[in-house]
Amino acid sequence: MYCLIGAEAAIFTIFVVAYLFYVGKSVSGPQPKDVLHAPVFFTACLMASSFTIHAALRRLVANNMAEFARLWVLTIVLGAAFLYGTAREWVQLIFHDGLTVSTNLFGTTYYSLVGLHAFHVTMGLLALISVALCYFTDRLRPEHSERLEILSMYWHFVDAVWVVVFTVVYVIGV
Amino acid sequence: MCLLFSAIVPRKVEAVSMSPTNIFAPASTPADSVFGLSIFVILTCAAIFVAVSVLLTYAAVKFRVRRSDDRAEPAQIYGSNQVELAWTVIPALIVVALFLASARVIASVQDAPRPATALEVVVIGHQYWWEYRYPKLDIVTANELHVPVSDPAHPTPTFLTLLSADTDHSFWVPRLAGKTDLIPNHPNSMWIDPHETGLFLGQCAQYCGTQHAKMLLRVYVQTREEFERWVRKQQQLPTAAVSAGQHVFESTACVNCHAVSGTPAKGVFGPDLTHLMSRDTIASGAAPNTHEKLRLWIQNPDALKPGSKMPAMGLSDRDLDAVTAYLETLR
Amino acid sequence: MSTNIVELTELPASRPLTLRLHDWVTTVDHKRLGLLYILFATVFLIVGGVEATIMRLQLIRPLNTLVSPQTFNRMFTMHGTTMIFFVAMPMVFGFANYLVPLMIGARDMAFPRLNAFSFWMTALGGMFLYFSFLGGDGLYGAGSAPDVGWFAYAPLTAKTFSVGHSTDFWTLSLLVSGIGSVGTAINIIATILCMRCPGMTLGKMPLLAWLNLTMGGLVVLAVSPLTAAQLMLLVDRYLGGHFFDAQAGGSAVIWMHFFWVFGHPEVYVLAIPAFAIASEIIPVFSRKAIFGYPVMVLATIAIGFISMSVWAHHMFTVGMTSGANTFFVLSTMAIAVPTGIKIFNWLATMWGGKIRFAAPMMFCVAFLFQFLVAGLTGVTLAVAPFDWQLGNSYYVVAHFHYVIVGAILFAIFAGFYYWFPKVTGKMYNEALAKLQFWLFLIGFHLTFDFMHIPGLLGMPRRIYTYEPGRGWDLWNAIITIGVFFQASGVLLLVANLAISYFRGKAAGSDPWDAWTLEWSTSSPPPAYNFAVTPVVRSRRPLWDIKHPEDPDWRYE
Repeated sequence: MYCLIGAEAAIFTIFVVAYLFYVGKSVSGPQPKDVLHAPVFFTACLMASSFTIHAALRRLVANNMAEFARLWVLTIVLGAAFLYGTAREWVQLIFHDGLTVSTNLFGTTYYSLVGLHAFHVTMGLLALISVALCYFTDRLRPEHSERLEILSMYWHFVDAVWVVVFTVVYVIGV
Repeated sequence: MCLLFSAIVPRKVEAVSMSPTNIFAPASTPADSVFGLSIFVILTCAAIFVAVSVLLTYAAVKFRVRRSDDRAEPAQIYGSNQVELAWTVIPALIVVALFLASARVIASVQDAPRPATALEVVVIGHQYWWEYRYPKLDIVTANELHVPVSDPAHPTPTFLTLLSADTDHSFWVPRLAGKTDLIPNHPNSMWIDPHETGLFLGQCAQYCGTQHAKMLLRVYVQTREEFERWVRKQQQLPTAAVSAGQHVFESTACVNCHAVSGTPAKGVFGPDLTHLMSRDTIASGAAPNTHEKLRLWIQNPDALKPGSKMPAMGLSDRDLDAVTAYLETLR
Repeated sequence: MSTNIVELTELPASRPLTLRLHDWVTTVDHKRLGLLYILFATVFLIVGGVEATIMRLQLIRPLNTLVSPQTFNRMFTMHGTTMIFFVAMPMVFGFANYLVPLMIGARDMAFPRLNAFSFWMTALGGMFLYFSFLGGDGLYGAGSAPDVGWFAYAPLTAKTFSVGHSTDFWTLSLLVSGIGSVGTAINIIATILCMRCPGMTLGKMPLLAWLNLTMGGLVVLAVSPLTAAQLMLLVDRYLGGHFFDAQAGGSAVIWMHFFWVFGHPEVYVLAIPAFAIASEIIPVFSRKAIFGYPVMVLATIAIGFISMSVWAHHMFTVGMTSGANTFFVLSTMAIAVPTGIKIFNWLATMWGGKIRFAAPMMFCVAFLFQFLVAGLTGVTLAVAPFDWQLGNSYYVVAHFHYVIVGAILFAIFAGFYYWFPKVTGKMYNEALAKLQFWLFLIGFHLTFDFMHIPGLLGMPRRIYTYEPGRGWDLWNAIITIGVFFQASGVLLLVANLAISYFRGKAAGSDPWDAWTLEWSTSSPPPAYNFAVTPVVRSRRPLWDIKHPEDPDWRYE
């Protein structure tokens, strides 16, 4: 998983570099400071989900299955909330502000970077949901905690990437 | 390898007779600087090659197993820190020397100041031809670059600004300078100060599409007088009376791409044809500028340069002859 | 550790062909997957060779009309893409797959199913790329195989300049095989870090394992930038993005940066495993331990790190600032130091030895000379002003073929001959192998020595024809002649190995009197590799067994 994280980190680095390189270079169309509003609440949701997944795994190891399930589902909910927030932001940008991937450099780099991250969140959520399904069909046991640790490493990575993306897009780029 | 190199570094006369685009026959300061550095680098690398090859050959021969050898294994030597240190430090020193030599030439070529006497030319790369604009002289031409010779005592270099209208290209005339790329939305700049008159050849050196191979370069270095005569001619407008050919030219799609000063033709996609007959070649060097080739080019560009951007105009023979005759008046 | 060799129990040969093929297609055994990678690579080596032959025949004389410019441009694009991604990388992964678990005393790779998945992704990528010859016609009837060069510079790859789907075949096939590459790299790293046999600390594992570990790390870090850049290209081509769109303020140069951040470490991904092969063969045939094992490890890691900082030496002519150019001169030259150290260490291994010149060693000695030359022409190119003349010319083409054919392919051929007895249990024909060596050597030098000259005389690369009177004619003719020697060499190699597979003499488990763990199994090894997990005390476990009076672990 560390290797996979390394590879994914390299991909994100390239998209971040492209984003930073093109900051301020759009020749037309909406500019970041005009249309971007930092999604603080939904970011907090995603960050919180790292805590909940960690707590969930501690409960699993301690054989506290009910609490594990509660925290695991909460993680899913928080992740889904983040995606909802992204979707809402995009609807606003596309239909209200007229910013699409083909509008200008900002549009291209923004949707690519945030979209790539959202795609990774989605993949993570699908994995989390399938684990939840395993729980609800009585297939999950504390012995599986090592595998779930590895999955949680992926989830933490996705959160860490968001910290970088958030900083680059909503702090530096504006 | 050594022999090959020494075969390539003869005196300049032999170098030029070997090839008109020989990088070892520099005729301009940037090419000279590169040449000097390259000899230093080549000799250093050749020396290293000889030294290590001798050792390798010696080892391969001396330490061969002989038929008379017993089956005992030779002494097992696992390493030696002194030896490792030696062959780390010595290469590192060589690297430093080469690096410093390179840094000096990089600075002298890339960061050379532009004197007030410099001639300015804007070069715009197109898919498969070169556009030249002399902004201060109000000249627009194509494919054949004319520059004045530069006297080392009173240099009159030519500074080229390199732009591209479509894909990446690269301006490479080996005897005058190293190559510099033409990249859209990324202006570059280079300079030459040729010490001798003559025709210098080169070609596009960055793959730009189907006819990259025939995007040839011809640089005419002229004496001051010749150059000024050429400038004056290029600044004149065409004077021939309107002909049937001009009528065909202006009423068919020719004017969409080509420009002829002083006429309604103002297309910019293809080369400016105002002084077409002052050029030795057409199609960016792909064919000599003769009546037959010119006619063939207009009739069927793919016959000379398959995949070039000029379409076959589908003219009737009569129109074709008329247009060719018209173009031949554009001196 | 037991010296008893466990005999292989063969399945009866009367199993129907379909079942045997099915075993191969569904296998997760690292040895079979390794062989599948190598067979796949060999087939594409021949395909890529045909593409090269077509190009060289077109260039044998000026203004030749054997093929159209469109065809020629497809040939050099496909030749480069095929040779890098579907020959060299699968070869390297194949060797790693087969040898790493055996050499570290493991039963298989860490993730056998991921291993199979990665191979089939690579295979799928290769088929997809070649399907472009049939299916590349998009709208406008344009397309067919990609013709944008193997590094596909923007904006030539934009929809405006690359009409049809040919570029998309390039992009997608490499995206797919890139996933396979990263999967294999993850497998190699996990296997080496987690599955070494007892007693085999990191400092006691064979150099091949160290070098493949470094290669795995480089793949993980370097293939991803290519993947990212290709995703951006797809966004540009299909979603109207502007990453590389000059009109919207986009940059062609940034594609170059992203591509070469991948492209340069990529050549080390190919070269380092070739070094690994040489590092195993040279000691055995010199009858001495490798000289300076710890330094070799450090030098390799240094090469790995530095290789990630040199990429823009492919961009010296692009118009970077003098400061940037100067930096990349320094970083590129710096890599010459650890590389030179390795050459000297191999030389020192031979020094004072008792060298046997069987085919594997002959290829390794040629490798040493040729890698030396390749490295030195690389140093000349690292001198940025010289690169302003030589870049994008046939000198560069000569340089990198010297590395990839002269060094890497020669090492791979050495590896073929060295491990063929282990993989098949049969010996190849030594006389034929020596003949093949000389044929290929002559061909290689005819082509690639003389190829430096047109570059020095101003001939750029990627041109389908050239003007007479530039002084290039004779050299091009000689270069083309060399192709036929090389082709016969390759065909002879394949024939030798194929025939020897059926009719070669039995090889036994250790025909070369070697020292690493794979030689302690039967030939071919049983599916489970080792009946008893080996326990080792030094870097050369079999030396310790064969020389109990003077084992290695006393000196390490």
